[in-house]
Amino acid sequence: MTTADPTFWFVMPALKAVIILVVILHIVPGLVYFERRISAWIQDRIGPNRVGPVGLLQPLADVIKLTFKEDLTPQGADKWIYRLAPLLVYAPAVLAFAVIPVGIDLQVASFGVGVIFLLTISGFSVFGLAFGGWASNNKYSLLGGLRASAQMISYEVAMGLSIIAILMTAQSVDLNEIVRQQWGATTLGLLEWNLFQQPIAAVIFLIAAFAETNRLPFDLAECEAELVGGFHTEYSGLKFAIFFMGEYIGMITMSGLMVTMFLGGWSLPWIEIPTSPTFGDVALSVVIFTVKLVALLFFYIWVRWTLPRFRYDQLMNIGWKVLIPLSLLNLGFTAISGVMGWNWLIPLPW
Amino acid sequence: MANKDAASEKQDEIRTETTEPRKKASFALPVIKGLANTLAHVLRREPNTIHYPEEKRTPYPGYRGEHRLKRDELGREKCTACFLCATACPAFCIEIVAEEAPWDDREKRPRIFNIDMMRCIYCGMCEEACPCDAIELTPIYNIPSRTRGEKIYDKEKLLSL
Repeated sequence: MTTADPTFWFVMPALKAVIILVVILHIVPGLVYFERRISAWIQDRIGPNRVGPVGLLQPLADVIKLTFKEDLTPQGADKWIYRLAPLLVYAPAVLAFAVIPVGIDLQVASFGVGVIFLLTISGFSVFGLAFGGWASNNKYSLLGGLRASAQMISYEVAMGLSIIAILMTAQSVDLNEIVRQQWGATTLGLLEWNLFQQPIAAVIFLIAAFAETNRLPFDLAECEAELVGGFHTEYSGLKFAIFFMGEYIGMITMSGLMVTMFLGGWSLPWIEIPTSPTFGDVALSVVIFTVKLVALLFFYIWVRWTLPRFRYDQLMNIGWKVLIPLSLLNLGFTAISGVMGWNWLIPLPW
Repeated sequence: MANKDAASEKQDEIRTETTEPRKKASFALPVIKGLANTLAHVLRREPNTIHYPEEKRTPYPGYRGEHRLKRDELGREKCTACFLCATACPAFCIEIVAEEAPWDDREKRPRIFNIDMMRCIYCGMCEEACPCDAIELTPIYNIPSRTRGEKIYDKEKLLSL
C-alpha cells in the first residue's frame, strides 16, 4: 500500500472509524445494564432481570421507550440551540475517542498531537451542557448549565496539568509512544506504568475525569435534590437519550485516555511489543485494552454508588485549593527531576 | 445601652466561634472504607429483595389484611348483629342490617353485612370490639380489583374468605 493508493488514505480510516464508532455505541447499552446490575448488588437488590435472559434486553426496552416518548420543546425555549445542545455533548465524546489507540498503532486518526486534540475536543462538551441549560428557559436548567461550566473549567486545568507531567516523562504527545514507554519486560515492568511512575498525576487525573464526565460524586450539574434534573430537566425522548449517550461515551473516552496514559494502554509487561505486528498481535492488544477499559468502567460505577455528591463549595475547594496546587507542584517536581536526571523509581533489590 | 453593647459583644463572640474553620479531615480514608464496604456487597450478593409475583413473603403474625366473618361449629355465622364493630369503626365502613335469628341461642343475625374495603383503614378495631369473636382480619394483602363496586364485600363474600 502506498500513499497514493485509495485503500490507504480513505478506505482503511473509514473502516476503522465505522467499526470503532459502532463498537462504542454498542458498549453504551451494555454499560447501562452493567451499571444497573452493579448498583443493585451494591444496594442488596437484584436489578433488572425480566426483559430477556437475565435482563440483558433491558437497555433495548429503555431505548424503545425513549424513542416513543413525546419529544417536547418548552415554551420560550431557544429552539435551535435547544436542539443543538445534545449533539454538542454527544459529538465531542465520540470525536475524542478517535485518537485513543485501542490496539497496537490502531486508532481512527493517528496524528502526532493526539493528547492535545483529545483535551481540546472533550472540552467542547461543556458548550452542550451550558447551551442545554440556557436554551431550556428554565431556572433549574440554567443553574445546572452554569454549574457544569464552572466545574468543567476548574477541573480541566488540573487535568491538563497532570497530563503535562506525563508528557514530560514520556517526552512525547503521541499516545502510542506513551504506551510503548510504559512497557517493561518482566512482571516488575508493571512499575513502568505511569500509575506508579506518576501516582499524584494519576490520582489528580482520575478525580478530574470524574468531574469532567459529570459523574457522581461530581454530578453537580444534574443534582436531583436541588435542580430537578439540572441541565436536562426539560429534555425528553430521544434528545434526553442523546444527552445520556453522550455522558456514557464521555465516560468511555475518559477511561480510554486513563488506560492509555496511566495503565499501559494496549500493552502488558509479559507480552513483547512486535515491531511489525500481525493480525493476531493486534487482536491480543485490543483484548488487553478492552479488559483494562472495562475494569476502569467498573471503578467508575463502583465509585458512583459509594460516594455521596459533594456540596458545591466543597467541589470548588477541592478543585482550586487542592488539585491545582498539587498538580502544579507535581509538574514542577517532575520538571526538576527530569532536568537533574533523578530517578525516583523504587530501587529493585536485585 | 451598655447592657445592649455587652449582649452584641457576646453575639460577636459566638459568631467568631462558629465561623472559625473546623478541623479539616481528609476524604481519603472514609472514601477507601466506603469503597471496601460496597465491594463486599457486590461480592457477597445477598439481595434483601424478592421476586415478588413468583415469590411471596409470608406476612408477620398480627398482620392486618382483609376481613372475614367466622362460622361456629354448626356452620352458622357467629355474628349476632350487635353493631359493636360498626360503632367502633373509625372509618364508618361497616354496614349492618339485622334480622331475627331462627336459632334459640341468640336473638339477631345480620341480614346484610357489608364492608367497604376502599374506606377501611385496616385498623382492626372491629376485631377488638367484637364480643363474639365473629370478625377477624386475615393476613391476605394482595387484594386488587377492577371496580370500586367489587371492593364492597357482602356477607357471603366475607363468610367465604
